[in-house]
Amino acid sequence: MRVTDSTIEPEKLRDELLDAAAGAYVGFEGWIRNQNEGQAVLRLEYEVYEPLAIKEGEIVIAEAKAKFPILHAQCVHRSGLLEIGECAVWVGVTSAHRDEAFAACRYIIDQVKVRLPIWKKEHYVEGHSGWVNCERCAEHKDARSAKKVAV
Amino acid sequence: MKKNITVRYFAGFREHAGLGEEDLSIDAATASDVYEQLKHRHGSSEPQGHCKVAINDEMADWNSPINDGDTVLLFPPVAGG
Repeated sequence: MRVTDSTIEPEKLRDELLDAAAGAYVGFEGWIRNQNEGQAVLRLEYEVYEPLAIKEGEIVIAEAKAKFPILHAQCVHRSGLLEIGECAVWVGVTSAHRDEAFAACRYIIDQVKVRLPIWKKEHYVEGHSGWVNCERCAEHKDARSAKKVAV
Repeated sequence: MKKNITVRYFAGFREHAGLGEEDLSIDAATASDVYEQLKHRHGSSEPQGHCKVAINDEMADWNSPINDGDTVLLFPPVAGG
């Protein structure tokens, strides 16, 4: 798990996962889009509490490796100010076969979005700004909390 | 019994409090008590379950005990990705 304030370059990151035993690579890129909930977005600002984002991200990746028979997995998340179209998050997974690579990639991005201490502030075309509140995610998709409830 | 703790606010909580960190003497047994007693600071009307807490840089539960000297990190609803 890494956090960076520089441009994410998926092609370079993908090379870190190369493995002769891999028959599949699945990559996910999250991009900054120009609208959210009916408002035109100008740019986006990510606040990341890096020590815990990295710690929790490493836990998520370890969970994915335990759940699915994959070879390698990595995740990189941006911090700072991003423009429309920029890559905010990248997840890459390699495995012998495609099914587990898709599943693990999905698991990692879903958990990263609801568990890591990362916040985004949208700056709107009309001039105001606001923190995005993903309470739906927080309520339903956190495997860490769900696990604790089950115990 | 009052405990001396450091509280750190993030994102919207920090903006509402007007500061990122403060040292407090507080009568709190759990992280939940800290959150409830500092509502005037972080300004959140969110249910606690939508927010997260960490103690001394470890993710914690709202019922985690608070000890003298702890640093309590209050996280508003996260929104990565």
